[in-house]
Amino acid sequence: MTVFELKERLSLTPVSLPDPEREVTGGYTGDLLSFVMGSAQSGDAWVTIMSNVNVIAVATLTDVSCVLLAGGVALDEGVAERAVAQGINVLSSPLSAFELCSKVAEQLS
Amino acid sequence: MSAPLTYRYDIDGENFTSAGEASVKVKKALRQLGFSQDVIRRVSIAMYEGEINMVIHANGGFAEVSVYPDRIVIVLDDKGPGIPNVDLAMQAGYSTAPEQIRSLGFGAGMGLPNMKANTDEMTIETEIGVGTKITMTVKVGT
Repeated sequence: MTVFELKERLSLTPVSLPDPEREVTGGYTGDLLSFVMGSAQSGDAWVTIMSNVNVIAVATLTDVSCVLLAGGVALDEGVAERAVAQGINVLSSPLSAFELCSKVAEQLS
Repeated sequence: MSAPLTYRYDIDGENFTSAGEASVKVKKALRQLGFSQDVIRRVSIAMYEGEINMVIHANGGFAEVSVYPDRIVIVLDDKGPGIPNVDLAMQAGYSTAPEQIRSLGFGAGMGLPNMKANTDEMTIETEIGVGTKITMTVKVGT
């Protein structure tokens, strides 16, 4: 399943979508960036409520397929531009992190 | 023995916005050099954690990444306060990061443990009031 397909199926709002055809191969959730760095795998959809610029660095380094902002969180000012520049997909959802994770897991199973 | 390919970066201690930029540059360079995903990932994680540590605790510093045929060596050098108890700092979950840093998603106490876990060798030279130098080596599989 691609990031674009995930967006369609879960009615996600694109914040930055430079690479919609990127394949989603798994999922990870967490807000403490060192845990994410240590545990998220390449291709994961990363569900988080963190919205600062460091999210983009962590997404770049872990090579996740997309960042999914839960709970209707919006990125801090200027961060969406950086995401586009770094080629990082970011989408948002009003669902809680728990609900969003369960829906992503449903799609992946 | 050929001289290593070396990348040098100044880490800006004031700036959380640019924190991670050196790691992202290293990642891109290693990708262009054709290293495996696993090696790139391990170097990137170790370097990022080190870079963040220098921003949080040491007001920045200096990073040098040397690429040899069989290994990648990362040296992180700062003029920060030093680490009073390295064993304690190496414990997963132990953190001295201030509250406002935690609100940014850092300060989980996983930085040094992540660096150790992702590298084959890691040495910490630290002196109170003088600074800290961390040397990490990631071996490249043949």
